[in-house]
Amino acid sequence: MLIFEKSRPGRGACLLPECDVEVFMPEEKYKRESKLPLPEMAEGDLGRHYTELAKKCQGVNDGFYPLGSCTMKYNPRIDEIVANLPGFSEVHPLQPEHTVQGSMEVLKLGEEYLCEITGMDEMTFQPAAGAHGEFAGLLLMKAYHESRGEGEKRTKIIVPDSAHGTNPASAVMAGYSVFTVPSGADGCVDIEKLREAAGEDVAGLMLTNPNTVGLFDKNILKITEIIHGCGGLCYYDGANLNAVMGRVRPGDMGFDVIHLNLHKTFATPHGGGGPGSGPVGCKKLLADFLPSVTVRGEERLTFEKPKHSIGEMKGFYGNFLVVVRALAYIQTLGREGIKEASENAVLNANYMMHGLKDLYTMAYDDICMHEFVMDLSDLKKKTGVAALDIAKGLLDHGIHPPTMYFPLIVPEALMAEPTETEAKETIDRAIAVFRKLYEKASEDPEALHEAPKTAAVARLDEVEAARHPIVKYNHQDI
Amino acid sequence: MEFRAELLYSKDHEWVKVEGDTVLIGITDYAQSELGDIVFVNLPEEGDEIKAGEAFADVESVKAVSDVLGPVDGTIIAVNEEILDAPELINESPYDAWFVKVEDFTGTEELLSAEEYQAFVEGA
Repeated sequence: MLIFEKSRPGRGACLLPECDVEVFMPEEKYKRESKLPLPEMAEGDLGRHYTELAKKCQGVNDGFYPLGSCTMKYNPRIDEIVANLPGFSEVHPLQPEHTVQGSMEVLKLGEEYLCEITGMDEMTFQPAAGAHGEFAGLLLMKAYHESRGEGEKRTKIIVPDSAHGTNPASAVMAGYSVFTVPSGADGCVDIEKLREAAGEDVAGLMLTNPNTVGLFDKNILKITEIIHGCGGLCYYDGANLNAVMGRVRPGDMGFDVIHLNLHKTFATPHGGGGPGSGPVGCKKLLADFLPSVTVRGEERLTFEKPKHSIGEMKGFYGNFLVVVRALAYIQTLGREGIKEASENAVLNANYMMHGLKDLYTMAYDDICMHEFVMDLSDLKKKTGVAALDIAKGLLDHGIHPPTMYFPLIVPEALMAEPTETEAKETIDRAIAVFRKLYEKASEDPEALHEAPKTAAVARLDEVEAARHPIVKYNHQDI
Repeated sequence: MEFRAELLYSKDHEWVKVEGDTVLIGITDYAQSELGDIVFVNLPEEGDEIKAGEAFADVESVKAVSDVLGPVDGTIIAVNEEILDAPELINESPYDAWFVKVEDFTGTEELLSAEEYQAFVEGA
């Protein structure tokens, strides 16, 4: 039942004191034509409503959540506690600088640490999440080329065919045309094809490393050299930083500008739609173009606008409390802990892959980074059981499905990212469940077509939902 | 899997039906079965150019969004608006659910016959 259907007129959860200032009524033409139809409920019923919804979900708190490319790891409570300190949670972005020096120090320290981790020189926290960061980063590249009088001729962004869909979308948003470079048989960028594409019309390259099939591109130095050689810039999509943080720095791989997903790698719960944080870091050559303001100074901190700033990407300083969580996470783990986190992320992924690869076909049978991709097209051919059916079957065992049908270069793909925060027993159990489902595919394929049976919600009609979505509630009185 | 003898095919799984000075273009039975249930179609506009090997439309299934690549060069003179409202027609009857009608076309000699396309798909 929807919250609107549970609403009863006059019911509520707040007792407001009498208004003690003069009531101001706006002119007739500004008044609402009808009452805003907000749901009216008692506090207890409201609590039950959301608990009921939560029970229908399979979340990180319910069980293993190996959703590839999403880094659904456990976020330590201490980071949440720090972000909830009133000194951080109750400040206003328009407060005078001298009253928020502590919060400004969080931004400054956050920038310092994250620049150290990524090998960048300066950073903005304004972008709200990953794709917003990509857009900001591309605008920096554009401003750079324009400042050198090359804005008109550099019209092309190179993106590998395994990229996240947001990369080409962001490039088009920024006014560029997209050139797709294919992957070789090893899952890495085809160097010869890249060399052919590199010319004076290239503004830059966007790359994730490790890439979307979970492999570290061993030619990375050659790749960034080819792009720099034709006058382009290199953009690092930090979606997969969890695999390499503390070990390798994008800056040392030759990247000029990057974004991070603080909500993935640095301890903010995500998957429910936000808030995220997609800070953009860059080398000195792009720093003058950074958006909005950055915190500078030693004793007394001030906000400073970069000389040729591209302007505002969002209101004020971005999603500040996500930066607080990231800083708390980095400071509690420390230099060694950060490294250990990425090592365990890679170890767990390889352990799980090795537990499955005699049954499941691996798209790339190589040592993986933090995630690996299975290709279920053989299983589908033999039994009719597709990646979707295995994914749904996992829900009956309390496991959230891996990412399905991505990356697009692998047919019937299941992409698993166990993350560093899962214990060996959890992964062992998951391996056992995956193996059991594989066997069930031959014995009783029909049962898997109908899964999940025991989950809170049975198999949903995704086709009907996509073809005829109902996305608003029709209030009878409107 | 259906392969119609009177049609030409591209290796990117589009079919082409030559009707005198114009061609109709759609996606093959194999393509729709691999994509699964199609829920949304994005079509170009009349007057747009279509180029062999370049995306001119995209189809969205429950799995993913995929580009539809031009099998020939030419100029689009009509788009099938029926499939915008009812994308399921592409699954139900892929060789009737045409996407675009193209004139001044070139490049049909590069395309495969039904037999060649069937061999290509079955070898894949």
